[in-house]
Amino acid sequence: MSAIFDWNFAWSITPTLAAGALVTFEATVIGFTVAVFVALPLALARRSRSLLLARPIGFMVEFIRSTPLLIQVYFIFFVGPRFGITLPPMSAGLIAIGLYYGCFVSEVYRAALDGVPKGQWEAVVALNLGRWRAYKDIILPQAIPPMIPTLGNYLIDMFKATPVLSVISVLEMMERAKLIGSETFRYTEPMTLVGVFFLIMTLASSLLVRRLERFFGAQRQRRSAADREASTNLASA
Amino acid sequence: MCDAQKEPATSTAPPAVQFINVTKQFGSLVVLKNLNLSVTRGEKVALIGPSGSGKTTLLRTLMTLEPIDGGVIEVDGEAFTHERIGGHLVPAREAHIRRIRGKIGMVFQQFNLFPHMTALKNIIEAPVHVLGQSREEATDRAVSLLRKVGLIDRKDHYPSQLSGGQQQRVAIARALAMRPKVMLFDEVTSALDPELVHEVLQVMRQLGEEQDLTMLIVTHQMGFAAEVADRVCFFSEGSILEQGPPEVIFHTPAHERTRAFLRAVLDA
Repeated sequence: MSAIFDWNFAWSITPTLAAGALVTFEATVIGFTVAVFVALPLALARRSRSLLLARPIGFMVEFIRSTPLLIQVYFIFFVGPRFGITLPPMSAGLIAIGLYYGCFVSEVYRAALDGVPKGQWEAVVALNLGRWRAYKDIILPQAIPPMIPTLGNYLIDMFKATPVLSVISVLEMMERAKLIGSETFRYTEPMTLVGVFFLIMTLASSLLVRRLERFFGAQRQRRSAADREASTNLASA
Repeated sequence: MCDAQKEPATSTAPPAVQFINVTKQFGSLVVLKNLNLSVTRGEKVALIGPSGSGKTTLLRTLMTLEPIDGGVIEVDGEAFTHERIGGHLVPAREAHIRRIRGKIGMVFQQFNLFPHMTALKNIIEAPVHVLGQSREEATDRAVSLLRKVGLIDRKDHYPSQLSGGQQQRVAIARALAMRPKVMLFDEVTSALDPELVHEVLQVMRQLGEEQDLTMLIVTHQMGFAAEVADRVCFFSEGSILEQGPPEVIFHTPAHERTRAFLRAVLDA
Protein backbone atom coordinates (compact mmCIF):
# COMPACT_ATOMS: atom_id res chain seq x y z
CA MET A 1 0.00 0.00 0.00
CA SER A 2 2.95 2.25 0.48
CA ALA A 3 4.04 2.16 -3.12
CA ILE A 4 4.21 5.66 -4.56
CA PHE A 5 2.26 4.57 -7.58
CA ASP A 6 -0.07 1.60 -7.24
CA TRP A 7 -0.56 0.14 -10.70
CA ASN A 8 -3.47 -2.05 -9.63
CA PHE A 9 -5.33 0.87 -8.16
CA ALA A 10 -4.57 2.94 -11.26
CA TRP A 11 -5.92 0.16 -13.43
CA SER A 12 -9.10 -0.12 -11.36
CA ILE A 13 -9.99 3.55 -11.69
CA THR A 14 -9.13 3.80 -15.39
CA PRO A 15 -12.67 2.97 -16.62
CA THR A 16 -14.19 5.69 -14.42
CA LEU A 17 -11.69 8.24 -15.63
CA ALA A 18 -12.08 7.11 -19.24
CA ALA A 19 -15.80 7.77 -18.93
CA GLY A 20 -14.87 11.21 -17.60
CA ALA A 21 -12.50 11.70 -20.51
CA LEU A 22 -15.43 11.07 -22.82
CA VAL A 23 -17.38 13.85 -21.08
CA THR A 24 -14.35 16.13 -21.40
CA PHE A 25 -14.12 15.31 -25.08
CA GLU A 26 -17.83 15.91 -25.53
CA ALA A 27 -17.73 19.22 -23.67
CA THR A 28 -14.81 20.39 -25.77
CA VAL A 29 -16.26 19.39 -29.11
CA ILE A 30 -19.71 20.80 -28.40
CA GLY A 31 -18.27 23.89 -26.71
CA PHE A 32 -15.98 24.48 -29.68
CA THR A 33 -18.87 24.11 -32.09
CA VAL A 34 -20.91 26.60 -30.07
CA ALA A 35 -17.93 28.99 -30.01
CA VAL A 36 -17.32 28.76 -33.75
CA PHE A 37 -20.97 29.52 -34.52
CA VAL A 38 -21.54 32.16 -31.86
CA ALA A 39 -18.37 33.94 -32.98
CA LEU A 40 -19.61 34.66 -36.48
CA PRO A 41 -22.56 36.91 -35.62
CA LEU A 42 -20.41 38.54 -32.94
CA ALA A 43 -17.67 39.33 -35.45
CA LEU A 44 -20.14 40.58 -38.05
CA ALA A 45 -21.95 42.70 -35.46
CA ARG A 46 -18.68 44.29 -34.39
CA ARG A 47 -17.87 45.10 -37.99
CA SER A 48 -21.35 46.47 -38.60
CA ARG A 49 -21.66 50.06 -39.76
CA SER A 50 -24.43 50.51 -37.19
CA LEU A 51 -22.78 51.71 -34.00
CA LEU A 52 -25.91 50.81 -32.06
CA LEU A 53 -25.06 47.20 -32.82
CA ALA A 54 -21.28 47.35 -32.95
CA ARG A 55 -20.70 49.17 -29.65
CA PRO A 56 -22.75 47.04 -27.21
CA ILE A 57 -21.55 43.80 -28.81
CA GLY A 58 -17.99 45.09 -28.71
CA PHE A 59 -18.37 45.90 -25.05
CA MET A 60 -19.83 42.49 -24.30
CA VAL A 61 -17.00 40.70 -26.14
CA GLU A 62 -14.36 42.69 -24.29
CA PHE A 63 -16.12 42.09 -20.98
CA ILE A 64 -16.29 38.34 -21.43
CA ARG A 65 -12.73 38.16 -22.72
CA SER A 66 -11.45 40.11 -19.76
CA THR A 67 -13.09 38.10 -16.99
CA PRO A 68 -12.12 34.56 -15.93
CA LEU A 69 -14.08 31.66 -17.32
CA LEU A 70 -14.49 30.35 -13.78
CA ILE A 71 -16.55 33.39 -12.79
CA GLN A 72 -18.75 33.10 -15.84
CA VAL A 73 -19.40 29.42 -15.15
CA TYR A 74 -20.40 30.27 -11.59
CA PHE A 75 -22.55 33.12 -12.77
CA ILE A 76 -24.53 31.16 -15.32
CA PHE A 77 -25.02 28.16 -13.05
CA PHE A 78 -25.61 29.79 -9.67
CA VAL A 79 -26.87 33.28 -10.51
CA GLY A 80 -28.96 32.21 -13.51
CA PRO A 81 -31.67 30.56 -11.36
CA ARG A 82 -32.28 33.88 -9.56
CA PHE A 83 -33.46 35.21 -12.90
CA GLY A 84 -35.49 32.10 -13.56
CA ILE A 85 -32.87 30.44 -15.77
CA THR A 86 -32.13 27.05 -14.27
CA LEU A 87 -29.87 24.88 -16.34
CA PRO A 88 -28.40 21.42 -15.84
CA PRO A 89 -24.65 21.63 -15.10
CA MET A 90 -23.51 20.37 -18.50
CA SER A 91 -25.72 22.85 -20.42
CA ALA A 92 -24.63 25.75 -18.24
CA GLY A 93 -21.03 24.68 -18.73
CA LEU A 94 -21.34 24.41 -22.48
CA ILE A 95 -22.96 27.83 -22.71
CA ALA A 96 -20.24 29.38 -20.57
CA ILE A 97 -17.38 27.73 -22.43
CA GLY A 98 -18.97 28.31 -25.84
CA LEU A 99 -19.60 31.98 -25.15
CA TYR A 100 -16.18 32.58 -23.58
CA TYR A 101 -14.28 31.02 -26.45
CA GLY A 102 -16.77 32.42 -28.95
CA CYS A 103 -15.62 35.88 -27.93
CA PHE A 104 -11.99 34.98 -28.55
CA VAL A 105 -12.81 33.26 -31.81
CA SER A 106 -14.84 36.27 -32.94
CA GLU A 107 -11.64 38.30 -32.75
CA VAL A 108 -9.94 35.71 -34.94
CA TYR A 109 -12.77 36.06 -37.46
CA ARG A 110 -12.53 39.81 -37.32
CA ALA A 111 -8.82 39.76 -38.10
CA ALA A 112 -9.36 37.24 -40.89
CA LEU A 113 -12.19 39.30 -42.39
CA ASP A 114 -10.04 42.41 -42.22
CA GLY A 115 -7.31 40.42 -43.96
CA VAL A 116 -9.37 39.96 -47.11
CA PRO A 117 -8.08 42.62 -49.55
CA LYS A 118 -10.15 45.77 -49.92
CA GLY A 119 -10.29 45.17 -53.65
CA GLN A 120 -12.52 42.16 -53.10
CA TRP A 121 -15.16 44.38 -51.49
CA GLU A 122 -14.81 46.85 -54.33
CA ALA A 123 -15.45 44.08 -56.82
CA VAL A 124 -18.50 43.09 -54.76
CA VAL A 125 -19.88 46.63 -55.01
CA ALA A 126 -19.05 46.95 -58.70
CA LEU A 127 -20.90 43.69 -59.38
CA ASN A 128 -23.82 44.85 -57.26
CA LEU A 129 -23.71 41.78 -55.04
CA GLY A 130 -25.69 42.01 -51.81
CA ARG A 131 -23.94 42.02 -48.45
CA TRP A 132 -24.94 38.51 -47.39
CA ARG A 133 -24.13 37.02 -50.73
CA ALA A 134 -20.78 38.79 -50.58
CA TYR A 135 -19.95 37.29 -47.19
CA LYS A 136 -21.14 33.84 -48.13
CA ASP A 137 -19.58 33.47 -51.58
CA ILE A 138 -16.68 35.89 -51.64
CA ILE A 139 -15.40 36.98 -48.26
CA LEU A 140 -15.76 33.99 -45.92
CA PRO A 141 -14.29 31.43 -48.32
CA GLN A 142 -11.17 33.60 -48.43
CA ALA A 143 -11.12 34.40 -44.72
CA ILE A 144 -11.48 30.87 -43.33
CA PRO A 145 -8.31 29.05 -44.49
CA PRO A 146 -5.82 31.48 -42.90
CA MET A 147 -7.51 31.21 -39.50
CA ILE A 148 -7.34 27.42 -39.21
CA PRO A 149 -4.10 27.37 -37.16
CA THR A 150 -5.40 29.90 -34.63
CA LEU A 151 -8.71 28.08 -34.31
CA GLY A 152 -6.73 24.89 -33.71
CA ASN A 153 -4.88 26.52 -30.86
CA TYR A 154 -8.17 27.52 -29.26
CA LEU A 155 -9.42 23.96 -29.60
CA ILE A 156 -6.39 22.67 -27.71
CA ASP A 157 -6.79 25.41 -25.17
CA MET A 158 -10.43 24.46 -24.64
CA PHE A 159 -9.53 20.88 -23.77
CA LYS A 160 -7.42 22.21 -20.98
CA ALA A 161 -10.14 24.60 -19.81
CA THR A 162 -12.81 21.94 -19.27
CA PRO A 163 -11.76 21.06 -15.69
CA VAL A 164 -13.35 24.39 -14.77
CA LEU A 165 -16.67 22.61 -15.26
CA SER A 166 -15.89 20.43 -12.25
CA VAL A 167 -16.83 23.35 -10.00
CA ILE A 168 -20.45 22.99 -11.09
CA SER A 169 -20.34 19.21 -10.68
CA VAL A 170 -20.12 18.23 -14.32
CA LEU A 171 -18.80 14.70 -14.13
CA GLU A 172 -15.86 15.27 -16.42
CA MET A 173 -12.45 13.77 -15.88
CA MET A 174 -11.22 16.19 -13.22
CA GLU A 175 -14.37 15.97 -11.15
CA ARG A 176 -14.20 12.16 -11.16
CA ALA A 177 -10.53 12.24 -10.20
CA LYS A 178 -11.35 14.55 -7.29
CA LEU A 179 -14.16 12.26 -6.18
CA ILE A 180 -11.87 9.22 -6.30
CA GLY A 181 -9.29 11.17 -4.32
CA SER A 182 -11.68 12.22 -1.62
CA GLU A 183 -13.05 8.70 -1.25
CA THR A 184 -9.73 6.82 -1.20
CA PHE A 185 -7.32 9.53 -0.08
CA ARG A 186 -5.17 8.58 -3.04
CA TYR A 187 -4.52 11.44 -5.43
CA THR A 188 -1.32 10.32 -7.15
CA GLU A 189 -2.89 7.79 -9.47
CA PRO A 190 -6.07 9.64 -10.51
CA MET A 191 -4.27 12.94 -11.07
CA THR A 192 -1.48 11.25 -13.00
CA LEU A 193 -4.01 9.47 -15.16
CA VAL A 194 -5.93 12.69 -15.75
CA GLY A 195 -2.68 14.25 -16.93
CA VAL A 196 -2.02 11.33 -19.25
CA PHE A 197 -5.53 11.49 -20.71
CA PHE A 198 -5.19 15.21 -21.32
CA LEU A 199 -1.82 14.67 -22.92
CA ILE A 200 -3.29 12.10 -25.29
CA MET A 201 -6.21 14.33 -26.23
CA THR A 202 -4.21 17.50 -26.78
CA LEU A 203 -1.52 15.65 -28.72
CA ALA A 204 -4.17 14.11 -30.92
CA SER A 205 -5.80 17.47 -31.57
CA SER A 206 -2.52 19.23 -32.27
CA LEU A 207 -1.74 16.50 -34.75
CA LEU A 208 -5.08 17.15 -36.40
CA VAL A 209 -4.43 20.89 -36.48
CA ARG A 210 -0.97 20.38 -37.98
CA ARG A 211 -2.52 18.16 -40.65
CA LEU A 212 -5.07 20.85 -41.49
CA GLU A 213 -2.35 23.49 -41.54
CA ARG A 214 -0.25 21.40 -43.86
CA PHE A 215 -3.27 20.82 -46.05
CA PHE A 216 -3.98 24.52 -46.41
CA GLY A 217 -0.28 25.34 -46.64
CA ALA A 218 0.07 22.83 -49.45
CA GLN A 219 -2.87 24.42 -51.18
CA ARG A 220 -1.16 27.78 -50.98
CA GLN A 221 2.05 26.25 -52.29
CA ARG A 222 0.21 24.65 -55.17
CA ARG A 223 -1.24 28.01 -56.01
CA SER A 224 2.07 29.82 -55.95
CA ALA A 225 3.67 26.97 -57.91
CA ALA A 226 0.98 27.54 -60.52
CA ASP A 227 1.89 31.22 -60.37
CA ARG A 228 5.53 30.51 -61.05
CA GLU A 229 4.65 28.13 -63.82
CA ALA A 230 2.41 30.71 -65.41
CA SER A 231 5.14 33.31 -65.32
CA THR A 232 7.83 30.98 -66.72
CA ASN A 233 5.44 29.97 -69.48
CA LEU A 234 5.02 33.62 -70.25
CA ALA A 235 8.73 34.26 -70.18
CA SER A 236 9.38 31.40 -72.57
CA ALA A 237 6.45 32.28 -74.80
CA MET B 1 -22.05 42.78 -80.60
CA CYS B 2 -24.06 44.44 -77.93
CA ASP B 3 -26.83 43.05 -75.82
CA ALA B 4 -28.21 46.30 -74.55
CA GLN B 5 -31.52 47.22 -76.10
CA LYS B 6 -30.90 49.37 -79.11
CA GLU B 7 -32.52 52.73 -78.92
CA PRO B 8 -31.49 55.58 -81.16
CA ALA B 9 -29.49 58.07 -79.11
CA THR B 10 -31.48 61.18 -79.72
CA SER B 11 -30.56 64.64 -78.61
CA THR B 12 -33.46 64.65 -76.16
CA ALA B 13 -32.19 61.58 -74.31
CA PRO B 14 -30.55 62.45 -71.00
CA PRO B 15 -26.77 62.08 -70.84
CA ALA B 16 -25.60 58.58 -69.92
CA VAL B 17 -23.60 60.08 -67.09
CA GLN B 18 -23.65 63.56 -65.69
CA PHE B 19 -21.57 65.08 -62.92
CA ILE B 20 -23.06 68.34 -61.68
CA ASN B 21 -20.89 70.44 -59.37
CA VAL B 22 -19.51 67.34 -57.72
CA THR B 23 -17.20 67.86 -54.79
CA LYS B 24 -15.24 65.19 -53.00
CA GLN B 25 -12.87 65.67 -50.11
CA PHE B 26 -10.63 63.34 -48.17
CA GLY B 27 -10.31 65.22 -44.90
CA SER B 28 -9.08 68.66 -45.83
CA LEU B 29 -7.81 67.51 -49.22
CA VAL B 30 -10.19 68.47 -52.01
CA VAL B 31 -10.02 65.78 -54.69
CA LEU B 32 -12.89 66.88 -56.90
CA LYS B 33 -13.67 70.58 -57.09
CA ASN B 34 -17.16 71.49 -58.33
CA LEU B 35 -16.64 69.13 -61.18
CA ASN B 36 -18.97 69.11 -64.17
CA LEU B 37 -18.90 66.44 -66.82
CA SER B 38 -21.55 65.23 -69.18
CA VAL B 39 -21.12 62.04 -71.17
CA THR B 40 -23.55 61.10 -73.92
CA ARG B 41 -24.68 57.58 -74.54
CA GLY B 42 -22.08 55.52 -76.36
CA GLU B 43 -19.38 58.14 -75.95
CA LYS B 44 -15.83 56.99 -75.17
CA VAL B 45 -14.12 59.42 -72.84
CA ALA B 46 -10.48 59.17 -71.82
CA LEU B 47 -9.50 60.79 -68.52
CA ILE B 48 -5.85 61.76 -68.35
CA GLY B 49 -3.75 63.82 -65.99
CA PRO B 50 -1.16 63.60 -63.25
CA SER B 51 -1.75 61.24 -60.35
CA GLY B 52 -3.81 62.77 -57.58
CA SER B 53 -5.69 64.95 -60.03
CA GLY B 54 -9.00 63.22 -59.32
CA LYS B 55 -9.58 61.01 -62.34
CA THR B 56 -9.68 57.72 -60.45
CA THR B 57 -11.80 59.32 -57.72
CA LEU B 58 -14.27 60.39 -60.38
CA LEU B 59 -14.72 56.78 -61.47
CA ARG B 60 -14.93 55.60 -57.88
CA THR B 61 -17.67 58.09 -56.97
CA LEU B 62 -19.62 56.98 -60.03
CA MET B 63 -19.29 53.35 -58.92
CA THR B 64 -20.44 54.41 -55.40
CA LEU B 65 -17.15 53.23 -53.93
CA GLU B 66 -16.70 56.74 -52.53
CA PRO B 67 -19.52 58.98 -51.30
CA ILE B 68 -19.53 62.52 -52.64
CA ASP B 69 -19.59 65.59 -50.44
CA GLY B 70 -21.53 67.87 -52.75
CA GLY B 71 -23.27 68.06 -56.09
CA VAL B 72 -25.17 65.40 -57.98
CA ILE B 73 -24.23 62.44 -60.13
CA GLU B 74 -26.87 61.33 -62.60
CA VAL B 75 -27.03 58.17 -64.64
CA ASP B 76 -29.57 58.19 -67.47
CA GLY B 77 -31.05 61.32 -65.92
CA GLU B 78 -31.55 59.79 -62.48
CA ALA B 79 -29.60 60.85 -59.42
CA PHE B 80 -27.80 58.25 -57.37
CA THR B 81 -28.19 60.01 -54.08
CA HIS B 82 -31.88 60.84 -54.32
CA GLU B 83 -34.95 59.30 -55.80
CA ARG B 84 -38.32 60.68 -56.73
CA ILE B 85 -41.21 59.19 -54.76
CA GLY B 86 -44.65 60.69 -55.33
CA GLY B 87 -43.17 63.84 -56.81
CA HIS B 88 -40.81 64.43 -53.90
CA LEU B 89 -37.07 64.04 -53.89
CA VAL B 90 -36.01 61.87 -50.98
CA PRO B 91 -32.66 60.34 -50.03
CA ALA B 92 -32.12 57.20 -52.08
CA ARG B 93 -32.82 53.82 -50.58
CA GLU B 94 -30.48 50.88 -51.06
CA ALA B 95 -32.76 49.39 -53.73
CA HIS B 96 -32.60 52.59 -55.78
CA ILE B 97 -28.83 52.77 -55.51
CA ARG B 98 -28.48 49.15 -56.53
CA ARG B 99 -30.78 49.61 -59.50
CA ILE B 100 -28.74 52.52 -60.82
CA ARG B 101 -25.46 50.85 -59.95
CA GLY B 102 -26.58 47.94 -62.11
CA LYS B 103 -26.09 50.14 -65.16
CA ILE B 104 -22.41 50.58 -64.40
CA GLY B 105 -19.54 48.14 -64.62
CA MET B 106 -15.98 48.68 -63.49
CA VAL B 107 -12.59 47.18 -64.22
CA PHE B 108 -9.84 47.79 -61.66
CA GLN B 109 -6.12 48.33 -61.83
CA GLN B 110 -5.56 45.29 -59.58
CA PHE B 111 -8.14 43.11 -61.40
CA ASN B 112 -9.84 42.16 -58.09
CA LEU B 113 -10.86 38.75 -59.37
CA PHE B 114 -12.15 36.31 -56.76
CA PRO B 115 -9.08 34.10 -56.14
CA HIS B 116 -11.03 31.05 -55.00
CA MET B 117 -13.16 30.86 -58.13
CA THR B 118 -12.29 29.78 -61.64
CA ALA B 119 -12.47 32.29 -64.49
CA LEU B 120 -15.90 30.98 -65.41
CA LYS B 121 -17.26 31.11 -61.84
CA ASN B 122 -15.92 34.64 -61.45
CA ILE B 123 -18.04 35.65 -64.42
CA ILE B 124 -21.29 33.86 -63.56
CA GLU B 125 -21.41 34.71 -59.83
CA ALA B 126 -23.14 38.07 -60.16
CA PRO B 127 -25.43 37.32 -63.13
CA VAL B 128 -26.82 34.32 -61.24
CA HIS B 129 -27.21 36.00 -57.86
CA VAL B 130 -27.92 39.60 -58.84
CA LEU B 131 -29.66 39.38 -62.21
CA GLY B 132 -31.33 36.10 -61.31
CA GLN B 133 -30.18 34.31 -64.44
CA SER B 134 -30.21 30.53 -64.47
CA ARG B 135 -26.82 28.86 -64.18
CA GLU B 136 -27.08 27.59 -67.78
CA GLU B 137 -28.00 30.97 -69.16
CA ALA B 138 -25.18 32.67 -67.23
CA THR B 139 -22.69 30.01 -68.29
CA ASP B 140 -23.63 30.37 -71.96
CA ARG B 141 -23.13 34.07 -71.74
CA ALA B 142 -19.85 33.67 -69.81
CA VAL B 143 -18.53 31.27 -72.43
CA SER B 144 -19.31 33.71 -75.22
CA LEU B 145 -17.64 36.52 -73.27
CA LEU B 146 -14.56 34.39 -72.62
CA ARG B 147 -14.42 33.64 -76.31
CA LYS B 148 -14.65 37.34 -77.01
CA VAL B 149 -11.67 38.12 -74.76
CA GLY B 150 -9.79 35.15 -76.17
CA LEU B 151 -9.69 33.03 -73.02
CA ILE B 152 -12.14 30.24 -73.60
CA ASP B 153 -9.36 27.67 -73.09
CA ARG B 154 -8.70 29.16 -69.63
CA LYS B 155 -12.25 29.01 -68.32
CA ASP B 156 -11.45 26.49 -65.59
CA HIS B 157 -8.24 28.18 -64.47
CA TYR B 158 -7.97 29.99 -61.18
CA PRO B 159 -6.78 33.61 -61.24
CA SER B 160 -3.41 32.59 -59.79
CA GLN B 161 -2.91 30.34 -62.79
CA LEU B 162 -3.42 33.22 -65.20
CA SER B 163 -1.05 35.98 -66.25
CA GLY B 164 -1.91 39.56 -65.32
CA GLY B 165 -3.14 40.29 -68.83
CA GLN B 166 -5.34 37.22 -68.81
CA GLN B 167 -6.71 38.09 -65.36
CA GLN B 168 -7.57 41.56 -66.55
CA ARG B 169 -9.36 40.17 -69.59
CA VAL B 170 -11.39 37.89 -67.32
CA ALA B 171 -12.20 40.93 -65.18
CA ILE B 172 -13.47 42.77 -68.26
CA ALA B 173 -15.62 39.77 -69.19
CA ARG B 174 -16.93 39.62 -65.62
CA ALA B 175 -18.00 43.27 -65.74
CA LEU B 176 -19.60 42.85 -69.18
CA ALA B 177 -21.61 39.87 -67.98
CA MET B 178 -23.73 42.28 -65.94
CA ARG B 179 -24.71 44.05 -69.17
CA PRO B 180 -23.73 47.52 -68.02
CA LYS B 181 -24.52 50.59 -70.08
CA VAL B 182 -21.46 52.38 -68.79
CA MET B 183 -18.05 50.77 -68.35
CA LEU B 184 -15.38 52.31 -66.16
CA PHE B 185 -11.74 51.41 -66.66
CA ASP B 186 -9.41 52.47 -63.88
CA GLU B 187 -5.81 52.31 -65.13
CA VAL B 188 -6.44 48.76 -66.19
CA THR B 189 -2.99 48.26 -67.71
CA SER B 190 -0.91 49.98 -65.02
CA ALA B 191 -0.29 46.82 -63.00
CA LEU B 192 0.71 44.78 -66.04
CA ASP B 193 4.12 43.88 -67.39
CA PRO B 194 4.71 45.89 -70.57
CA GLU B 195 4.42 42.86 -72.85
CA LEU B 196 0.93 42.10 -71.51
CA VAL B 197 -0.53 45.58 -72.02
CA HIS B 198 -1.26 44.98 -75.67
CA GLU B 199 -3.68 42.06 -75.20
CA VAL B 200 -5.82 44.03 -72.77
CA LEU B 201 -5.90 47.13 -74.95
CA GLN B 202 -6.89 44.94 -77.87
CA VAL B 203 -10.00 43.79 -75.99
CA MET B 204 -10.82 47.38 -75.07
CA ARG B 205 -10.43 48.49 -78.70
CA GLN B 206 -12.98 45.85 -79.59
CA LEU B 207 -15.36 47.24 -76.95
CA GLY B 208 -14.74 50.71 -78.34
CA GLU B 209 -16.49 49.59 -81.51
CA GLU B 210 -19.74 49.05 -79.65
CA GLN B 211 -22.03 51.93 -80.41
CA ASP B 212 -24.19 51.80 -77.29
CA LEU B 213 -21.56 51.19 -74.68
CA THR B 214 -20.45 54.30 -72.85
CA MET B 215 -16.84 54.10 -71.69
CA LEU B 216 -14.92 56.18 -69.18
CA ILE B 217 -11.25 55.29 -69.32
CA VAL B 218 -8.60 56.48 -66.90
CA THR B 219 -5.33 55.74 -68.64
CA HIS B 220 -1.68 56.64 -69.05
CA GLN B 221 -1.58 55.05 -72.51
CA MET B 222 -1.80 58.19 -74.59
CA GLY B 223 -1.61 56.39 -77.92
CA PHE B 224 -4.52 54.19 -76.93
CA ALA B 225 -6.55 57.16 -75.68
CA ALA B 226 -5.97 58.97 -78.97
CA GLU B 227 -7.12 55.94 -80.89
CA VAL B 228 -10.25 54.94 -78.95
CA ALA B 229 -11.58 58.08 -77.28
CA ASP B 230 -14.10 60.48 -78.78
CA ARG B 231 -13.08 62.98 -76.16
CA VAL B 232 -10.10 63.44 -73.87
CA CYS B 233 -10.40 65.22 -70.54
CA PHE B 234 -7.25 66.55 -68.94
CA PHE B 235 -7.56 66.62 -65.15
CA SER B 236 -5.62 68.92 -62.95
CA GLU B 237 -6.08 69.46 -59.24
CA GLY B 238 -9.59 68.09 -59.02
CA SER B 239 -11.15 69.64 -62.06
CA ILE B 240 -11.08 69.30 -65.81
CA LEU B 241 -8.59 71.86 -67.07
CA GLU B 242 -9.36 71.25 -70.70
CA GLN B 243 -11.18 68.76 -72.85
CA GLY B 244 -11.74 68.07 -76.50
CA PRO B 245 -11.20 65.60 -79.30
CA PRO B 246 -7.92 63.67 -79.00
CA GLU B 247 -6.35 65.49 -81.99
CA VAL B 248 -6.78 68.79 -80.24
CA ILE B 249 -5.71 67.76 -76.75
CA PHE B 250 -2.70 65.81 -77.91
CA HIS B 251 -1.52 68.14 -80.68
CA THR B 252 -2.63 71.63 -79.82
CA PRO B 253 -3.45 71.76 -76.13
CA ALA B 254 -4.41 75.20 -74.89
CA HIS B 255 -2.80 75.04 -71.46
CA GLU B 256 0.84 74.95 -70.56
CA ARG B 257 0.07 72.44 -67.79
CA THR B 258 -1.40 70.02 -70.33
CA ARG B 259 1.65 70.45 -72.55
CA ALA B 260 4.00 69.82 -69.63
CA PHE B 261 2.09 66.69 -68.63
CA LEU B 262 2.08 65.29 -72.15
CA ARG B 263 5.79 66.02 -72.58
CA ALA B 264 6.53 64.20 -69.32
CA VAL B 265 4.39 61.17 -70.20
CA LEU B 266 5.62 60.84 -73.75
CA ASP B 267 9.27 61.12 -72.69
CA ALA B 268 8.89 58.34 -70.16
